[in-house]
Amino acid sequence: MSERAANAHPALRSHFEDMNQQHATGTLGMWFFLVTEILFFAPLFFTYALFRSGSLDPSFHAGFIAASHHQNIKLGLTNTIVLIASSLTVALGVYFAQTNKRKALVVMLVLTLLCGAAFLVIKGIEYNEHFVHHLFPGQNFHWDGAPELARGAHMFYILYFCMTGLHAFHMIIGIGIFLYILRRATRNDFSSEYYVPVEVSGLYWHFVDIVWIFLFPMLYLIDPASKH
Amino acid sequence: MSNEAYDKDDFPHHVTSLGTYFFIFAALMVLTIITVAVAYQDFGAWNVPIAFGIATLKATVVVLFFMHVIHSPKITAAILVGSIVFVGILFLLTFSDYLTRLWPMS
Repeated sequence: MSERAANAHPALRSHFEDMNQQHATGTLGMWFFLVTEILFFAPLFFTYALFRSGSLDPSFHAGFIAASHHQNIKLGLTNTIVLIASSLTVALGVYFAQTNKRKALVVMLVLTLLCGAAFLVIKGIEYNEHFVHHLFPGQNFHWDGAPELARGAHMFYILYFCMTGLHAFHMIIGIGIFLYILRRATRNDFSSEYYVPVEVSGLYWHFVDIVWIFLFPMLYLIDPASKH
Repeated sequence: MSNEAYDKDDFPHHVTSLGTYFFIFAALMVLTIITVAVAYQDFGAWNVPIAFGIATLKATVVVLFFMHVIHSPKITAAILVGSIVFVGILFLLTFSDYLTRLWPMS
């Protein structure tokens, strides 16, 4: 049987020595998961670099620029700001968990969820614009620009929907995780001694934010000045 | 029993100050505005490296302060940097394949 001290924290699992070791193990495990997430997104970044450079088909270089001119930079910028703000509220949530301020933690988690929902709504508005303009890849893709750029533009929108779709999928998962964290926070599960679920959920949220930090210039800001 | 993966006296109870969090947020906002501003300038072939460089700087700031790597055990940074190095190797090898073939495209 374990030699568990009578005064051990109730959240301490039997296979850990103490709360610090449990915290260190939990965060390290999350980092290992995030490393696999980097590999999960990497092929899309590779494909983007390969096609945008025009190495395989020189027309793709101009095709990507022309296609990106159909992007709504204002909505993309708004989403970038919303997502970075949500990363701030997540970071503040960890701070309030560490300092035993339960109400402030709950407020931060709610704000995070609202930011996440706002991001998805704005993304939906953008997707709708693309659908209406027949920019969704496939049979009904219609390019009304220069015909020689159609293939590159089509490839841009294939990558756009794959990358933002995978990212939005992560956002939806993240909202689910934070609903769970919010429920536990309202039950007063977290304290300065035990906040590792808030910490690791935050790591996931920040990772998804970082992916968007890269996607924003790649998908919205390809030579916007050349738009006529 | 000691465990060298973490320092019991120091980890995990480092609390980053509210001021630091708000400063990092402000820095990320400024860098976002710079990202948009430089995209409208013509730096020729340098536009892509500049945009990627700013994004990398933003990501580094998020990793160090929001994700607390600066106050985490060194193994956290080692895992992260190691994974990025391996992604770089995969990119390098895959590019060296794709870019040295004669593709019957166009």
